[in-house]
Amino acid sequence: MTNKKDLSAKERIKKPRNEMLLHDAKERIKHFEEVPLGYTWEAARDEAIRCIQCKKPLCIEGCPVTIDIPAFIKLVEEGNVNGAAGKIREANFLPAACGRVCPQDKQCEAVCVVGKKGNPVAIGNLERFVADFERSENLNRMPKIPKKTGKKIGVIGSGPAGLTAAYELCMKGHEVIVFEAFHRGGGVMVYGIPRFRLPLDIIDEDLKLLEEMGVKFYYNMIIGKILTIDDLLENEGFNAVYIATGAGLPKMLGISGENLNGVYSANEYLTRIYLMHANHFPEYTTPLFQGKKMAVIGAGNTAMDVLRTGKRLGAEVTCYYRRSREEAPARTEELEHAEQEFINFKFLSNPVEFIGDTNNFVKGIRCAVMELSEPDESGRRKPIPTGEEFIDECDTIVFSLGCNVNPIIVDATPELHVNKWGIVMVDNKTFHTSKKGVFAGGDAITGGSTVILAMGQAKNAAKYIHDYVTGSFNYELEVPTDPNTPGIEWSGRFAKGKR
Amino acid sequence: MAGESEASKHICKTSSKSIYGDYMQDYKILAKKELCPWTYHLKVSAPLIAKKILAGQFIIIRPNKHSERIPLSICGWNRDEGYIEIIIMACGRTSREACEKNVGEKFEDVVGPLGKRSHVQKYNGSCVLIGGGYGTGAIIPTARDLKSTGNKVIGVLGARNKELLIMEDELREVCDEIMVTTNDGSAGTEGFVTHALQNIMDHKTVAMVLAIGPVPMMMAVSNMTRGKDIECWVSLNAIMVDGTGMCGACRVSVAGETKFACFHGPDFNGHHVDFDELTKRQKMFMEKEQLAMKAFKEKGK
Repeated sequence: MTNKKDLSAKERIKKPRNEMLLHDAKERIKHFEEVPLGYTWEAARDEAIRCIQCKKPLCIEGCPVTIDIPAFIKLVEEGNVNGAAGKIREANFLPAACGRVCPQDKQCEAVCVVGKKGNPVAIGNLERFVADFERSENLNRMPKIPKKTGKKIGVIGSGPAGLTAAYELCMKGHEVIVFEAFHRGGGVMVYGIPRFRLPLDIIDEDLKLLEEMGVKFYYNMIIGKILTIDDLLENEGFNAVYIATGAGLPKMLGISGENLNGVYSANEYLTRIYLMHANHFPEYTTPLFQGKKMAVIGAGNTAMDVLRTGKRLGAEVTCYYRRSREEAPARTEELEHAEQEFINFKFLSNPVEFIGDTNNFVKGIRCAVMELSEPDESGRRKPIPTGEEFIDECDTIVFSLGCNVNPIIVDATPELHVNKWGIVMVDNKTFHTSKKGVFAGGDAITGGSTVILAMGQAKNAAKYIHDYVTGSFNYELEVPTDPNTPGIEWSGRFAKGKR
Repeated sequence: MAGESEASKHICKTSSKSIYGDYMQDYKILAKKELCPWTYHLKVSAPLIAKKILAGQFIIIRPNKHSERIPLSICGWNRDEGYIEIIIMACGRTSREACEKNVGEKFEDVVGPLGKRSHVQKYNGSCVLIGGGYGTGAIIPTARDLKSTGNKVIGVLGARNKELLIMEDELREVCDEIMVTTNDGSAGTEGFVTHALQNIMDHKTVAMVLAIGPVPMMMAVSNMTRGKDIECWVSLNAIMVDGTGMCGACRVSVAGETKFACFHGPDFNGHHVDFDELTKRQKMFMEKEQLAMKAFKEKGK
């Protein structure tokens, strides 16, 4: 093995990037096992050597939860994976998940100095390696919990934002109670992200750790219905509440035929399969009507998940997207994996009608052929119809157009300000909402984003929730009241246009 | 089992041990009564839901770990004793499994209260509440609310025959008068609930109708009251998964707009509901339902 002391920065940069081995596409579309196989020890150390340990590392700023990336990579290089895991855990409580689902190509790796001349250091792969090693070797992940403060905080939702807030607040010594609407924890990581991207064990072990730390979980609890935020604050003795309910209300296309049988929202399709195990029917009894020719509308990460899931369930799958490949919002890796898996793409195709048979089952999709206009002032090229159309046969359609914020909590909590899309408005700095003692984060305040951004926000919010419950919350709050105010965006240095 | 991970089994265990506290509900079946063949009245322990539920709202149950989530309407509750009352008819695999639970056994999950409260106000005219089949129980809470708001409430009960007639006494208690119809005339008047409704409309000023039951019945009631200055509410039992608006499985077209039955409803203005679409959407998983039932029977239960 190469000794790091023998290598200069120049030599390190010259080393080729270590890619993870992938399951062969022909084989992997037959099962739901993870696509990449992960690093071997050798590959991980060889990759760690590529990091030049910048004096002013940009990657840390590129990370929404500000992991000390060079430090953990150095520990990997030195063979101290346990230390590396501890280093990551200082900043990130879900490393195994983040190493798999973060858009590193748009964050830390996008600004990696090594990447300026060649390929960036594979930060995500290394994070994943460290987290997996930690799990497989059963290293102690249990942090030292400080003395109890006697303050009680309610966290609504057990997705990435909720779990991160729960962890951070628990680490401050507060009593944390998580309310989850479904019968199991994990939120979008369970019902929305496929097992071939994020195995269930990973999420469950993180949930288990939180339980062992003393965080309490209550399932089947739809806050706003069974208990309101007012109940929690006024009658149940909670000192603060954190809303992390995600963005669960699918956007519709508004075209003819969208209520035909066999037309699903991405949420419904994925939930039936990954939360309710419809792919194990009838052992599990949640049904799914899975056609042989499936059309998926949209080209974001969720659309890729749906496409690849449909393929695994034996369908011939086609993606329809009104812009071109370049504008597709999906993470590059997801798009590439989908392309490897024999999925058809019809770019510049805008669905205008779903066609049904006499029994109301979908049998086709009519699309307008689009072209991209010259860039407008914002530099964005808009798709405009060419006047041409085409019709494709299909027997299942899944639309993946993003979500609006679920209105249940907002409806039950009139003091919460929301914008015209239903996004919960918060103070930019503290994540405090317009209701005293209530904070919010994740997709509920962005309208739809990534696991890691939700976690970054939750981590920040936890600091201010701590201030709030300990009586040192002295901030001028500015919660927007204008319904046209957009949701919160990541204010990280490299966020703009990179998501 | 195939879909769940090793760690998740562990979680379920530790959860039930560590979280028996203020917010833990155990969903135990406290009482069970057969109303007619394959239709049961159950009292289910769910103290938090019982405390909050309002007329017109519904719950979702998952009888067993492998079960799908099915929506059910509520026919009563006891806030002090912490239980809810449901009527469940074994018409498919999941409802069958629910019906096979005995007193002392538990449902895996009960979620609620879901949906919006029924519309209740003081009307200038009678309120007619129509229950068909297993929907009969669901009109009881709303009837009670309407009556206590000072309305004259007429209950209409329909069934195929006397044997299938359920909840008559319970309904009588919360209505000013009730009318019973059976298709074969074995109890009450021979005919359909629509005949009874027509009869009431002929003799009284009807201001409001709420119909809960099979789709053809709700559609017929809506058609009869259209253009007659009568408010018509129907409670839609669309296919659902989460019941919170997250998935959109329960999409219904109302006045040309797509609505989510779980979140915007379950009660809608019957005059504007696209019943044809609803009927067809309810048949989406029929083949699967038969397969699930077949597998259930083969298991030798």
